[in-house]
Amino acid sequence: MLAEFLQYLFTGITIGATYALIALGFTLIYNASHVINFAQGEFLMIGGMATVSLTAMGVPMIIAVVLAVVLAGILGIALQRFAIAPAKQADVVTLIIITIGASIFIRGIAQLVWGKEYHVMQNFSTDQPIEVFGAVLNSQSLWVLGVGAILVVALVLFFTKTLIGKAILATSMNKEAARLVGIRTQMVLMLAFMVSALLGSVAGIVVAPITFTSYDIGIILGLKGFVAAAIGGLGSGVGAVVGGLSLGIVEAMAAGYISSDYKDAVAFSMILLVLFFMPRGLFGAKVVERV
Amino acid sequence: MLNNLMQSRLRGLVILALILLILPVFLGNPFHYELVTQMAIIAATVVGLNLLVGFAGQISLGHAGFFGLGAYFTGIATGTYGWPSVPALVVGAIVVGFIAWIVGRPILRLKGHYLSMATLAVGFIIAIILNNERALTGGPDGMPVPAFEVFGWELSAFGSYSLFGIDIEGFQAWYIFASVVLLVAVWFALNLIESPIGRALRSVHGSEVAASVVGVNTAKYKSLVFVISAVYASLMGSLYAHFQGFITPAVASFEFSILFITMVVLGGMGSTFGVILGAVVLKLLPQVLADFQELEHVMFGLILMLTMIFMPKGLLPTLTIFFSKRMRRKAGGEA
Repeated sequence: MLAEFLQYLFTGITIGATYALIALGFTLIYNASHVINFAQGEFLMIGGMATVSLTAMGVPMIIAVVLAVVLAGILGIALQRFAIAPAKQADVVTLIIITIGASIFIRGIAQLVWGKEYHVMQNFSTDQPIEVFGAVLNSQSLWVLGVGAILVVALVLFFTKTLIGKAILATSMNKEAARLVGIRTQMVLMLAFMVSALLGSVAGIVVAPITFTSYDIGIILGLKGFVAAAIGGLGSGVGAVVGGLSLGIVEAMAAGYISSDYKDAVAFSMILLVLFFMPRGLFGAKVVERV
Repeated sequence: MLNNLMQSRLRGLVILALILLILPVFLGNPFHYELVTQMAIIAATVVGLNLLVGFAGQISLGHAGFFGLGAYFTGIATGTYGWPSVPALVVGAIVVGFIAWIVGRPILRLKGHYLSMATLAVGFIIAIILNNERALTGGPDGMPVPAFEVFGWELSAFGSYSLFGIDIEGFQAWYIFASVVLLVAVWFALNLIESPIGRALRSVHGSEVAASVVGVNTAKYKSLVFVISAVYASLMGSLYAHFQGFITPAVASFEFSILFITMVVLGGMGSTFGVILGAVVLKLLPQVLADFQELEHVMFGLILMLTMIFMPKGLLPTLTIFFSKRMRRKAGGEA
């Protein structure tokens, strides 16, 4: 009984941590530029796929990870610079379509380079599972949680202690005012996309040994991240983490106790339920609209 | 003034009818007809979606859910239970309209990205149900759908008919039928836009607060147009099911929803004829790009991005502005 529950909990927290990282990436870009980036999942895919193929070529794991993350970072900057920035006056829906176009484009290239097969990545440390009260914990889950926690702490420090982080915050609050005090807002936006891409690619790398990876894995992971961000309240960092973890846990419990066929429906029912009662998510800012 | 308005509205409809009339000259084989018939059915769906997106300013990323519900209602009612086509189509539309009304009330309170999230979720849930209820829907393998029939008279893409003494093939009959459906769909949409309801919707798009201040019941109009666009999708889904003869849950998929909304935005939000152009372009593009094989997705994504970056208002509005400017310049030069 307990073992079963713990098993589902472990699964839920692991996948939830991944959702949380994706949701944080969404939040970051949303805060800086009010764009919902439907290409967010592609950063995960790039992280996982690039690492797998580089290690297969004989590159040492650590260097492969660094290169994959750098590649995703460049992609993030390019996305902002060449796709989002030129369309600054565009409608919300138009921007959504642009990011969807970008995600199709990136996926198309990934399919060209890496093919359509699923790729398997080795666990970072031992393949030996850890036993806790009868439940089995994959050692990679600890990596996901550890790396996730480190990234969240690093993000908090980045935004509160560094000048660049504060510049991003300032830009998200008031772009014009930020520009007036000498912040190069265009640089800042590119930076926000880069940091978001870094987050996504790291999440994609640590989770790859658990989920496997393929060129199209970004679609559903990205959407789940969007759901997590919306549950938490778009734009809230705490919300993204809470939303991601709770989505992961609820999903794993539903898959375990109710029906695994309807696992994906759980996420989408959950977001509807949250939005029915809290139209701005759990931690969304109470915005007073100026008319 | 009113006369002028009527004329401009009719003019577009007449041009569309002429295009549909002349088009068969360029259609060589049954495959072309099939493509164009699909285009017409999907164009009619996006004309309905455009009422919601382009005129009321509400985003839906889950419209394929309603399209799929219509398709499966028809498939199950006519195929499994032997209903005649027309009652199945009508009852399906009523059921879908009712579902849209139920989910629309709480959803449409949401704004911007939360609304897109909620509609996306509704679409996904419908697609997942269609995928999993194997006993009813056949699951991911899909289900066959009987031909469209009215009072024992069957419209099948494989039959042959005689119209005013002219012998035509089944696929040509379907083309004519789909063309008429599209014209009716456009005519209804144009009339709705010019009606008091249409004015109320545009006021909601402009500023919801201002609209409610001057006494427009914004909640009522938003859910009304949501229901209308869902009914459009359901009806077209039913026809699509009959035309294809076989449906899979892909008709309700997220990808299909994205395709619909992309047609609206690419063609030109708020322009009824623009979104038809959007449907035509996005239906044709994969055919053209198929020659590039491996590069198909890369090109598709690239074209989508570039069009939206350089023509954020959409194809038709941008082209109209471009040509009217040139015309004016030409006229200025002559004077």
